[in-house]
Amino acid sequence: MNPGRLARCWLTLCCTLAALSLLPATAAVSADAKAAAAPALVFKDDRGTELHFATPPQRIVSLLPSLTESICALGGCKRLVGVDRWSNWPAEVNALPRLGGLDDALIEAIVKLRPQVVLASTSSRALDRLEVLGVPVLRLKSESHADVRRTLLLLAQLLGTPERGPQAWAEIERELAGAAARVPPALRGLRVYFELGGGPYAAGTSSFIGETLTRLGMANIVPAALGPFPKLNPEFVLRAQPAIIMGAAKEADAMGGRSGWSALVALQQKKRCGFAPERYEALIRPGPRLGEAASVLADCLQQLGEAK
Amino acid sequence: MSLATTMRSANPRHPADAAPASAAAIADRQRASVDQQQRRRLLALLLLIGLLGVLAGLVTGSQGFAPRDFWAELQGDQAALIIGQIRAPRTLGAALVGSLLGLGGALSQGLFRNPLADPYLLGSAAGAGLAVVLVLAGTALGGVALSLATAVWLERVGLVAAAFVGALGGVLLTLTLAQGAVQTLRLLLAGVVVAVLLGAVSDLVTVVSPDALRGKQAFMLGSTSFLGWPSLALMGGGLVVLLALSLRHARALDALTLGDDSAASLGLNLPRVRLLLVVLLAAATALAVSQAGLVAFVGLVAPHLVRRHAPGAHGWLLGASAAMGAVLLVVADVLSRALIPPQELPVGVVTAVLGGVYLFVLLKRRGLS
Repeated sequence: MNPGRLARCWLTLCCTLAALSLLPATAAVSADAKAAAAPALVFKDDRGTELHFATPPQRIVSLLPSLTESICALGGCKRLVGVDRWSNWPAEVNALPRLGGLDDALIEAIVKLRPQVVLASTSSRALDRLEVLGVPVLRLKSESHADVRRTLLLLAQLLGTPERGPQAWAEIERELAGAAARVPPALRGLRVYFELGGGPYAAGTSSFIGETLTRLGMANIVPAALGPFPKLNPEFVLRAQPAIIMGAAKEADAMGGRSGWSALVALQQKKRCGFAPERYEALIRPGPRLGEAASVLADCLQQLGEAK
Repeated sequence: MSLATTMRSANPRHPADAAPASAAAIADRQRASVDQQQRRRLLALLLLIGLLGVLAGLVTGSQGFAPRDFWAELQGDQAALIIGQIRAPRTLGAALVGSLLGLGGALSQGLFRNPLADPYLLGSAAGAGLAVVLVLAGTALGGVALSLATAVWLERVGLVAAAFVGALGGVLLTLTLAQGAVQTLRLLLAGVVVAVLLGAVSDLVTVVSPDALRGKQAFMLGSTSFLGWPSLALMGGGLVVLLALSLRHARALDALTLGDDSAASLGLNLPRVRLLLVVLLAAATALAVSQAGLVAFVGLVAPHLVRRHAPGAHGWLLGASAAMGAVLLVVADVLSRALIPPQELPVGVVTAVLGGVYLFVLLKRRGLS
């Protein structure tokens, strides 16, 4: 067959298909316009996109553990209809459908749940695709204490219970202050090395873990200039000689076996905190359990203080 | 045009100066008809499996392969969305991605006269990977190391466009390094160097921004989840144009199988033809990779399967490899959705396992005989 004619046929076909695919999208736009006419809740997410809701959404999908925790902390757990594969707190979310992760979200399963909003962070192709399919996506950054506070306030408004946002944050503040008060005075100002599993990556001063440590009156061997979670040379830790070493329990136990690290005074004097998995999870999620995380850290510091 | 006419009089299978011995002519004709039969059988088989695959794709959803639920789903109020906007485009999209990769593989193997060549050879995979990582890192670092405006701009550009540009950029870098497409070996070496270099740079970026690792991994494993009708229109249009252009140069690929000297003596402007083939290869790969990530092995295995079951000149091989690639990826996509519902396997993992097992068996059999 004449390739030119074939190409034209194909192009026509493809254009028709493309036009057909746009039809539902335009329909969705007009539906949005109608919703906007009613008195609406308007939210601007961290990407600058505005989302409109006529009423507080009753069917919510969360694709980030910290957001799942925030929704539940604000009393919206019942409205969650699905979560990502890592969400596991509080226990009741374990009964919900699992929808993959941020980058390999199960598009069809999510759409089938008819969520009124999907909560997620930053960018991923899955989120773009969901938006094209007409599912509203609220993108919330959570990397610092300020992010957690802003997210809690916004989600409380989204749930239609705006008063719970400040309450939840006040609770976290109270827990942070309580934990800070429990830190033994002798340990205050000592330099801490907090390791995140695998890398090894360190939690720097500018990370939310670093912020919590600062609130507890502790110093950090990783300066803010190195970024939130830098991958360090083991030499750096050795030279810095942290007074206290923190990390997941299984990593903390193995640290002494690393070449040269037996020279770390903190390890010799057993000035280390190894956190059990469920406590460690509370530590590494920038969500409503910030206060609990601070008290986990304070527990460990208290124990170290007593041992002395 | 002049190239095509030159080549027509120099079909490698029928040297013009061969004596018209009647016995040989009859044997030749018989073989030709056997070849014809094999091809027709393969085409029919591909069409059948392809159709079955697409049907299976339409009834395989988040509950897995569920033909019984399909009717109920069709009558549900979400049918247009679930089946029309999600399942149909991703199933047909898998076919298009597969055929682009199959075409790319056939072009690559013909161009390099090497059965190990695949579409990702000339730095396109590494280029696309780097571009994706850069965009991911850029959006993650927005407000920290980059200005927010830059991060927002990066988001707008999007992963698809970035991967496309990155793939073409990788090949362009290879071509620059090899000083055009004059020497095949130089081109291959340049491709390896560029792949290593760009791969290392993208690893560096992930050290600075570990957040990008997640997205990078998803891209490396390939996925059909994100295909919509607009991407299908793009790939469909691209496939038609690229296939038509490739078929026009099928005879040049046939001539190349005889070796560079013979091909040149047949009047081929080798550097130009090779450059054109590289451009076609790069475009096909970039189009597929940008929409579905680095789906492994389809490009390598599709031409092998065609050659094994119905060998022929490149005029046949190019089209048949595209069809074979389409069928392979449709089947792999259905499997990736049906094996562990409601979870999905990355389709690239399924193709790699299928392709790996196939090559394993093939090598073992040949080794024994």
